[in-house]
Amino acid sequence: MSNFPDENGRFGAFGGRFVAETLMPPILALEKAYREAQNDPSFQAEFDHMAEHYIGRPSPLYFAERLTEHAAKDSDNNKGAAKIYLKREDLNHTGAHKVNNVLGQLLLAKRMGKTRIIAETGAGQHGVATATLAARFGMQCIVFMGEVDIQRQKPNVFRMKLLGAEVRSVTSGTATLKDAMNDALRDWVTNVNDTSYCIGTVAGPHPYPEMVRDFQSIIGRETKRQILQAEDRLPDAVIACIGGGSNAMGIFHEFIDDKNVRLIGVEAAGRGVDTKFHAASLNGGSPGILHGNRTYLLQDAHGQINDAHSISAGLDYPGIGPEHSYLHEIGRAEYLSATDDEAVAAFQMCTKLEGIIPALESAHAIPRTIDIARQLGDNGLVIMNLSGRGDKDVNTLADILGVEI
Amino acid sequence: MSTKNPNRIDNTFANLKSNNRSGFVAYIMGGDPDFDKSLALMKAMPDAGVDIIELGMPFTDPAADGPVIELAGLRSLKAKTNVGTILKMATEFRKTNNTTPIIVMGYANPIHHMGYATFAAAAKNAGIDGAIIVDLPPEEDAELRAAFETHDLALIRLATPTTDDARLPIVTKDTKGFVYYVSVAGVTGKALGQSADVASAVARIRKSSGLPVVVGFGVKTPEQATSVAKDADAVVVGSAIVDTFFKHGHNEAIKLIKSLADAAHKT
Ligand SMILES: Cc1ncc(COP(=O)(O)O)c(C=O)c1O
Repeated sequence: MSNFPDENGRFGAFGGRFVAETLMPPILALEKAYREAQNDPSFQAEFDHMAEHYIGRPSPLYFAERLTEHAAKDSDNNKGAAKIYLKREDLNHTGAHKVNNVLGQLLLAKRMGKTRIIAETGAGQHGVATATLAARFGMQCIVFMGEVDIQRQKPNVFRMKLLGAEVRSVTSGTATLKDAMNDALRDWVTNVNDTSYCIGTVAGPHPYPEMVRDFQSIIGRETKRQILQAEDRLPDAVIACIGGGSNAMGIFHEFIDDKNVRLIGVEAAGRGVDTKFHAASLNGGSPGILHGNRTYLLQDAHGQINDAHSISAGLDYPGIGPEHSYLHEIGRAEYLSATDDEAVAAFQMCTKLEGIIPALESAHAIPRTIDIARQLGDNGLVIMNLSGRGDKDVNTLADILGVEI
Repeated sequence: MSTKNPNRIDNTFANLKSNNRSGFVAYIMGGDPDFDKSLALMKAMPDAGVDIIELGMPFTDPAADGPVIELAGLRSLKAKTNVGTILKMATEFRKTNNTTPIIVMGYANPIHHMGYATFAAAAKNAGIDGAIIVDLPPEEDAELRAAFETHDLALIRLATPTTDDARLPIVTKDTKGFVYYVSVAGVTGKALGQSADVASAVARIRKSSGLPVVVGFGVKTPEQATSVAKDADAVVVGSAIVDTFFKHGHNEAIKLIKSLADAAHKT
């Protein structure tokens, strides 16, 4: 099961290459270059070297003792709670897991002789990571970002500019992540020769979902090694928040064939999956075609894309990576959700109990991690991917809490 | 071919050929700004010299379109246009015209949502002749193509400046009706490509497909239309018409269409 997709980029009925003809040659060329890189030990060696010395990998797998105590306190029938470990992707250079993928894609772009990098961003974490590595490799970088997201992620916008990137404000549609992706695709169609499109999640046309997963799967490989060392056994469950699904695929991939490890994704329920204001594509959507792949989408009765809503810009996307749609349909992974309010409460709780400020995106996984830890009881073992740090979100939190900073 | 199912596309190109001239293809966004105005424009197009009508189907996320067509699509969606409405426009149009081919153009998701087989049957019923689905490259169009073949509809493919010699046969194989050459690598509404490039591309595609080649993207003026029509079997204009219709209304749009059609037919 872990050797999906097939040669057409399909994960069962999902994935594929639904792009305009102009983009077919460049995505085929990208796939060819990626296959060559995969078979070139020097590519992997350069990735590993930069991962260690520039990103700061491996990231720690940290036993969250106080979060575990908190879960145990109000546990079901006094069963206690499973030990909760956090995979600390927040400690990476630039503050999130996004940089793992960007490192891989920009090394590949360099190999292909591309000099101009474009990216879309929601929370700004992928944009910052792309701007950072573009600076490091001396490449021109243009980041497309929805006007709404520019407003709610101002610190990251300024960071990208400091790093020498141009941030293009996207005003079309809902002016959020999906529209940024539309504009990045429009740019790519126009500048195919010198430009490489660095997609920030496991979505887009083949080979992106596979390639981004592969670059992110360093998270799961480290995690497995670390948990075996710390606990001498595999976890009962691995939990991650889901926007497009890259941090989740990154930690899931290594465990897919370990059938006793539950894989749990947490979608953004916004104001509730039974309202119009959520971003839960699997829990509240249906299969469709958007941004180069067939996957679960939020759409209306006529196949038009619905606006997503989440308090966290990084989860505010009406689709999900095709491999998650597949894992959902075959039942290998479970997909739960958490509301805006739950995420905000968890953000504060994690900060106060562990002294770790999580990204609002990552905070969505916390309430479900606590639920699972309680269900499992004190013999259990769960790992949550703490995909990023929340420094970028302090303005949003201050607004919600009515605090002026 | 039965008389009940005239092959309007082939007939159109045969007529153009016997008159020894190039054709004119006009794109409008269905339902922009509303059903009635859009239908009135569509109905007036054949008399203004349009040989083939490309009827745009709106989509919320038109990643291959520039701002003019994107905004037209959003206006159309605001007026509650959906695939059913577009089919209804075709049905209405056919009540008074049974010769001008109608090609619907749009993105996969709305018709995927309806179901390809359902869509194909309904399109045939409505008097539609073919479709261009921008985000269904040859690698992904087998399912829709099968549904279209059942109903004898043409699924028209796009060739672009990035479609090299190795790839061209993949694009032209199984193509029906005509091939649409997108003359610039870019979104709709961009500047026109170099004319020398267009001439050699058209020759290449004609040879590979054995079909007429229509050229579009970036044609805005009668002069450009004449120059493109010299090399192509027909020339397509979209954004310029959509923009004029939106800014200046029906009469100005028809005036522009007439001048473009005359310019294309001159060759
Ligand atoms: C910290 C963090 N976590 C998660 C996400 C969601 O993306 P994905 O689901 O691809 O991991 C983002 C996106 O911006 C993010 O910044």
